[in-house]
Amino acid sequence: MAKWMSVAQVKEKIEESSAEEVTAHYLEVIKKSKINGYIKVSEKALEQAKKIDAEEHDGPLAGVPIAIKDNISVVGLPSSCGSKILEGYAPPFNAHVIEKLLAAGAVILGKTNMDEFAMGSSTETSYFGPTANPWDLERVPGGSSGGSAAVVAAGEAPFSLGSDTGGSVRCPAAFCGVVGLKPTYGAISRYGVVAYANSLEQVGPLANNVRDIAVLMDVIAGYDRRDSTSIDSKTEYQKALVEDVKGLKIGVPKEFFGEGTHPDVEKAVWNAIHKYEDLGATWEEVSMPHIKYALASYYIIAMSEASSNLARFDGTRYGLRENGENWHAMVSKTRAEGFGTEAKRRILLGTYALSAGYHDKYYLKALKVRTLVKQDFDKALSKVDLLMAPTMPNPAFKIGEKIEDPLTLYLSDVNTCPINLAGVPSISVPCGFTDGLPIGLQIIGKPFDEPAVLRAAYTFEQNTDYHTKRPLEVA
Amino acid sequence: MITKEDVEHIGWLARIDISEQETVEYMEKLNSVLGYFGQLDELPTEDVAPTYHVAEIYNVFREDVVEESLPQEVVLANTEHKQDGTFRVPKIG
Repeated sequence: MAKWMSVAQVKEKIEESSAEEVTAHYLEVIKKSKINGYIKVSEKALEQAKKIDAEEHDGPLAGVPIAIKDNISVVGLPSSCGSKILEGYAPPFNAHVIEKLLAAGAVILGKTNMDEFAMGSSTETSYFGPTANPWDLERVPGGSSGGSAAVVAAGEAPFSLGSDTGGSVRCPAAFCGVVGLKPTYGAISRYGVVAYANSLEQVGPLANNVRDIAVLMDVIAGYDRRDSTSIDSKTEYQKALVEDVKGLKIGVPKEFFGEGTHPDVEKAVWNAIHKYEDLGATWEEVSMPHIKYALASYYIIAMSEASSNLARFDGTRYGLRENGENWHAMVSKTRAEGFGTEAKRRILLGTYALSAGYHDKYYLKALKVRTLVKQDFDKALSKVDLLMAPTMPNPAFKIGEKIEDPLTLYLSDVNTCPINLAGVPSISVPCGFTDGLPIGLQIIGKPFDEPAVLRAAYTFEQNTDYHTKRPLEVA
Repeated sequence: MITKEDVEHIGWLARIDISEQETVEYMEKLNSVLGYFGQLDELPTEDVAPTYHVAEIYNVFREDVVEESLPQEVVLANTEHKQDGTFRVPKIG
């Protein structure tokens, strides 16, 4: 069986052989893994595949295996969020997206590695150790959905689900040379996804090609009454896959090409924009003056929301519990022992930003800046159809290179986190290489205009071959 | 700038035990991040309304009806610390 298969190819294989054989193939590849992409491989995957065969399931994903980020609840599998504090926890309910996947016939291969509680851009803060980038095993896969991107790049799953709070799908997609979509805020129900910063995050698909992203969106998107921010946009994602960008108006925000941008990244992104021009699109520079404040605003909001969301991990109902002479001591010791350094830092900073005397200076200020950033997007996207920019200013860095200095690591989210503040959709697609490391092009659209984003991404893919390149390290 | 005492106070608010040595480390790293956040001060925002979320949804209501929920034993299955159908914790103070 081919190591890297599209969903269509997987379905052909299932037709020729069986869901069981296809799942067995992936489990075999996972066994030989060099990247530590999975925290837990499902022991029920084969059984689930057999059941699909026996039932002659006719769902859109009947027998197609998928990998799931470990902050998305799946009944029967532990959910750790990459943290020690959830040791032994098994969710008693499925996330909405998992219900949808199971109904469509998908087979869950396992849970993928991630930065602890999705806090990071390198997957190094996981309690279960870092995941390696399939293109260079000494480098990070990006984060926080590093496992979900790396297993797709390494042929250990045809596609996967991640979550994106400030770039956590697009960053690892760019670093691992795969496609990753951060949908519009509200496009997918967050029910059953462990919250980090709920006004910013969305579940997002990762795959080896744009079509498979649309296939997955058609299954998982839509309204769910258990997430009151979810909306039924009635989008038919696969219908957006039309190879045509004639007349498309592209905006290039110069603020996304900051000083620290690697010259090869800048070159690859401009080559992509010129490719669109060759295909009949036009481009113009646009200015988004508040983008330089987006990173600080994003981190203050994310940390503040995190300090509140992560208060639930108190050793009472699930996971780790340390002994203490009273309630406060038990909770304080459990959290000291259970959370890693970065999670603690963010909880402490978020607590500080919300505390008496500092709320207005930090949290309220950040929310006001968020308004200005959102207005920048509204204004720019009123003149053009899409914005294009580098996903990440640099290619994947070395494991250990940035982990000691949190601020350096935060700065790598400079081009991805503004999108979450504005809630708009954004995809990262492979657009080149530098020293054998993939580069990602970020395509940003208007709220719920995933069709325009997917159409542009699909057209680029049909006219380039970057997405067909595979990492030799894991071949 | 936050001080060692501030870190201890935040640690208490967040219910995270912090050792003497960690206090100094956190103080340094937290101050470096807060220094970066300080750049927002240069931006005038007196007349700007805050954005808490971007969803154009306000006040989602539903009928107040009793529905089936998870069985008690399922909810209690993730801990050993339970008694008579409840979670068991040490006394508050």
